[in-house]
Amino acid sequence: MLSADISTFLPEILLALYALVALLFGAYGGKDRTAPLLVWVTAAVMVVLAVWIGGTTGDARLAFGGAVVNDGFARFAKVVILLSGASVLVMSQDYMARHGLLRFEYPLLVALASVGMMVMVSAGDLMSLYMGLELQSLSLYVVAALRRDSPKSTEAGLKYFVLGALSSGMLLYGASLIYGFSGTTRFSGIIETVGTGEISLGLLFGLIFLIVGLAFKVSAVPFHMWTPDVYEGAPTPVTAFFATAPKMAAMGLFARVLFDAFGHVTQDWGQVLALLSVLTMFLGAVAAIGQRNIKRLMAYSSITHMGFALMGLAAGTAGGVQAMLIYMAIYVTMNVGTFAFILSMEKDGAPVTDIGALNMYSKAEPLKALAMMVLLFSMAGVPPLVGFFGKFYVLMAAVDAGLSWLAIAGVIASVIAAFYYLRIVYYMYFGREEEAALNGGANPVLWAMLMGSAAIMVVGVVNLFGVEGLALAAAQTLVN
Amino acid sequence: MVSIILFAPLLGAILAGFTWKLIGEQAAQWISTGLLFLACLLSWIVFLGFDGEMQQIQVMRWIESGTLVADWSIRLDRLTAIMLIVVTTVSSLVHLYSFGYMAHDANFKEGEVYRPRFFAYLSFFTFAMLALVTADNLVQMFFGWEGVGVASYLLIGFYYRKPSANAAAIKAFVVNRVGDFGFALGIFGLFFLVDSVQMDDIFAAAPQLAETQLGFLWRDWNAANLLAFLLFVGAMGKSAQLFLHTWLPDAMEGPTPVSALIHAATMVTAGVFLVCRMSPLMEYAPQAMAFVTFIGASTAFFAATVGLVQNDIKRVIAYSTCSQLGYMFVAAGVGVYSAAMFHLLTHAFFKAMLFLGAGSVIHGMHHEQDMRNYGGLRHKFPYTYWAMLIGTLAITGVGIPLTTIGFAGFLSKDAIIESAWGAGGAGYAFWMLVIAAAFTAFYSWRLMFMTFFGTPRGDRHTHENAHESPRVMLVPLGVLAIGAVLSGMVWYGAFFGDHAQVNRFFGIPTHEVAAAGEGHDAAADAPEAGHAATAEGTVASGTAAAAGTAPEGAIFMGPDNHVMEKAHEAPVWVRIAPFIAMLGGLAVAYLFYIVNPALPGKLAEQQRPLYLFLLNKWYFDEIYGFVFVRPARWLGRFLWRRGDGNVIDGTINGVAMGVVPFFTRLAGRWQSGYLFHYAFAMVIGIAVLMTWMSISGGAQ
Repeated sequence: MLSADISTFLPEILLALYALVALLFGAYGGKDRTAPLLVWVTAAVMVVLAVWIGGTTGDARLAFGGAVVNDGFARFAKVVILLSGASVLVMSQDYMARHGLLRFEYPLLVALASVGMMVMVSAGDLMSLYMGLELQSLSLYVVAALRRDSPKSTEAGLKYFVLGALSSGMLLYGASLIYGFSGTTRFSGIIETVGTGEISLGLLFGLIFLIVGLAFKVSAVPFHMWTPDVYEGAPTPVTAFFATAPKMAAMGLFARVLFDAFGHVTQDWGQVLALLSVLTMFLGAVAAIGQRNIKRLMAYSSITHMGFALMGLAAGTAGGVQAMLIYMAIYVTMNVGTFAFILSMEKDGAPVTDIGALNMYSKAEPLKALAMMVLLFSMAGVPPLVGFFGKFYVLMAAVDAGLSWLAIAGVIASVIAAFYYLRIVYYMYFGREEEAALNGGANPVLWAMLMGSAAIMVVGVVNLFGVEGLALAAAQTLVN
Repeated sequence: MVSIILFAPLLGAILAGFTWKLIGEQAAQWISTGLLFLACLLSWIVFLGFDGEMQQIQVMRWIESGTLVADWSIRLDRLTAIMLIVVTTVSSLVHLYSFGYMAHDANFKEGEVYRPRFFAYLSFFTFAMLALVTADNLVQMFFGWEGVGVASYLLIGFYYRKPSANAAAIKAFVVNRVGDFGFALGIFGLFFLVDSVQMDDIFAAAPQLAETQLGFLWRDWNAANLLAFLLFVGAMGKSAQLFLHTWLPDAMEGPTPVSALIHAATMVTAGVFLVCRMSPLMEYAPQAMAFVTFIGASTAFFAATVGLVQNDIKRVIAYSTCSQLGYMFVAAGVGVYSAAMFHLLTHAFFKAMLFLGAGSVIHGMHHEQDMRNYGGLRHKFPYTYWAMLIGTLAITGVGIPLTTIGFAGFLSKDAIIESAWGAGGAGYAFWMLVIAAAFTAFYSWRLMFMTFFGTPRGDRHTHENAHESPRVMLVPLGVLAIGAVLSGMVWYGAFFGDHAQVNRFFGIPTHEVAAAGEGHDAAADAPEAGHAATAEGTVASGTAAAAGTAPEGAIFMGPDNHVMEKAHEAPVWVRIAPFIAMLGGLAVAYLFYIVNPALPGKLAEQQRPLYLFLLNKWYFDEIYGFVFVRPARWLGRFLWRRGDGNVIDGTINGVAMGVVPFFTRLAGRWQSGYLFHYAFAMVIGIAVLMTWMSISGGAQ
């Protein structure tokens, strides 16, 4: 029995083992001098695991008495998590090195966070849910405060930690309520207790607390307040990591717990998510307008995007989950490219984050400006770029689920959000003429990531690289 | 060969319009003109060698969507052949004429290149017109229909620096849009009922349509009548019939060759062509045909009255055109389509010539168009004078009564008037046309007398410098003069001779079934045109039971349609009535403008209200301005200022510049940076959610 359990759970175990071995190797093998090697090896391991997981097929398999589920949905989420994590690692190496931040713990913390995320999306039990969540969170708290000598970075780490603790408390409270009213922590048990009829008030309260805890992780309004400060304060590669893999994991966990444990009462949590979704979209769109720091701006941008992804979940259907998965895959791809660009924004070796520095960037770097423009248009959801299709699928899911008002609100919010994306384009192409505010930043890895991401936004229009079908298959394993 | 005819002008238009910078201005003009003459030559070969058998030549597959199938194919029958020679002949001559007329133009600055554009537009127009007349289905015809509309718009507004030209171009386009809407509705209706836009299918289905009811505008109508009426609305717009005629006089803002080609000879006759082309449908729509007759007769009369008092030489001819188109519609409306086509053909020759003659005078008189400033010009313009004289003799219908010897207009117009008598006796249409014939003679001779006779009036300097036009402008006049003299006599038999001859000409099979033995002579009796449809021999007297197959022949006359026979039996007084009317008009014109030139002024003083009524074109423009234009402008202004400016812009600007930034600032303020604020927001959030859920009790 145990060997079957382990084989089901093997990628997570391997990654965790790798992290431990690499920790020893780093500690005794030369400390931070090993960091560049570890970055590349960690990224390689994650890519290999992603390919392996992506290649596996088969029905849902339970392990450890149902605490862990390995199904199509989990595999889809894990591939996205691992690939985006690896991409961000690779991108960050040069930046971290030049700013003296490249400690050998960094890649290992990212690896451990990834293990946590993989557990999250595979969770079949409230215990494993919490375990994965905390493993991820603890790793993230540390990387957020990686720049120990910077007050901003420290502040970001601390804020994230305190608020994260608060949200964990709420989530745990919700979990205990659910356990108390259902007598089990297994999702499969909870869903039987909930039944198809009316949900008991205790379970409902537990569900709300659980949603609140998870909403914090996806930075849904009003549990988003940490996001801009942490994004701004953390080193940019860490911000890039925050904006990609953990969002996918939190969304995956969200879908996992809602459908596996409360799949029969979609109406109850659907309306809560719809409310959160609409608030999140609007706040993200409106608040970003006032930002001139591109990292804060990206924080609000990711808040808006999470609102759209929540819209897919709020639909409470397989189509909605499929739309959410497509949306997240596209979102992660776009963000990798955008952060590759942001990482390359520097002047005389110092990072620049003010969007005013992009004035007439198209003259200095026409190709990069073009790629960035494609990404920005894609994020704004302008057809025919891929970003449009992400929005299109969630809107379709919402309309099909009878949430037309939500879809309309989403369209309005995306119109507002288009403003700040297009403002950057405006700066880059029609801004004021001034002396080059940016120089350097000619890193081949970043360049490749930016161009690759932008190319995907254009070429993906053809068939979205088949993500649509994969997401549908993944969604169908979750919703039935 | 027909494909070459059709696409040669398009090629010319493309070459002249887009490549003149490469090949040069002169070359562009010569190429487009040369291609047009080629098309003209081939058209005559096709026309003269045509055996009456209808051919369909597929050029390409065009639209295939569900049951909507419209190939681009050419329907070559007698109607098409007639239109081919009319269009290409007039067009090629107008191209040639334009070499002289457009050589210098004060409307363009020194060194500005406008001639290749002009020739490109002319050639494009010709292509569109040919596409219209060769159409095998209604969609293709609509393409040509709109194409000529566009070309007309471009050419009326050719002097784009003149505000009046731009206004006239827009007016022409908008008024035509009203008609085109009817035409489009007709096509939709036909497709709806017949499930095809192919002419053959529609013609075959016409008898059923006559027995079908179609709901339209909250009541049921007879489908054939309704659809015929809608198609005729399109024809009204294009052919400037009463109520939709207002654009045609204004269209004279365009260069004169354009007026000759588009607004006299070809485009405006597209409506007549449409009615004749759709004759298999029209024959089953008696009420619509009565309406056509009524509108045609009214237009003939109305336009002639207005033409009596106009002073602009081109406007006189424009109203004359309008009036003559009315004649054609009367002929078509009473069911003698061949007579309509006959007048269309002869009219193309003499009216194009009148316009080109007028253009020659205008050109020689330095763009003076007011006839009050002409006079005594026959010595200055000897060739133009003779050409215009021939044209006037043709349009007024001079010939030897009771024979078939006369100028072109004599034969074709008399044919129409006799047909009108044949259909309804001495009724409304007949008298309107006879009176209009008198008026036609009056205003045509008035034009001649004011322009070429009497003493020179107006600016002496202009008169001294007046000069005959160059040869490139006179040659087309000569060629058209030949047509104006001979075309009537040559083709009288084919268009309006005895029935057998007409049938042979139009390819209607002569079927030796003496069905309607109502006492006609044998020649008129034997080849009842309608029985072509019943070739299977299931002829019941007077009923067309020809379901399923389209009638053969270019035009179709129902088995009950004996108007042509009746017309041939018209009594002598009917046959000489137009001639007498013509003499009356001539006499009055002679009296007014040669014998006693002071008389018209006195008469105008005495009958001032009537004079003003006519001078202001029955106040149609004013009424339309009041009823349609002003409310539309008011509505537009209201929607613009209030609707768009205040409501839409106001809302958008208010939201974008007021509401959203307010919330942005608010969100910025909330994002204070204090940890306890953030925690507080989370607690508030969960409190709100819990309260909401407690009150609503979940989904229940």
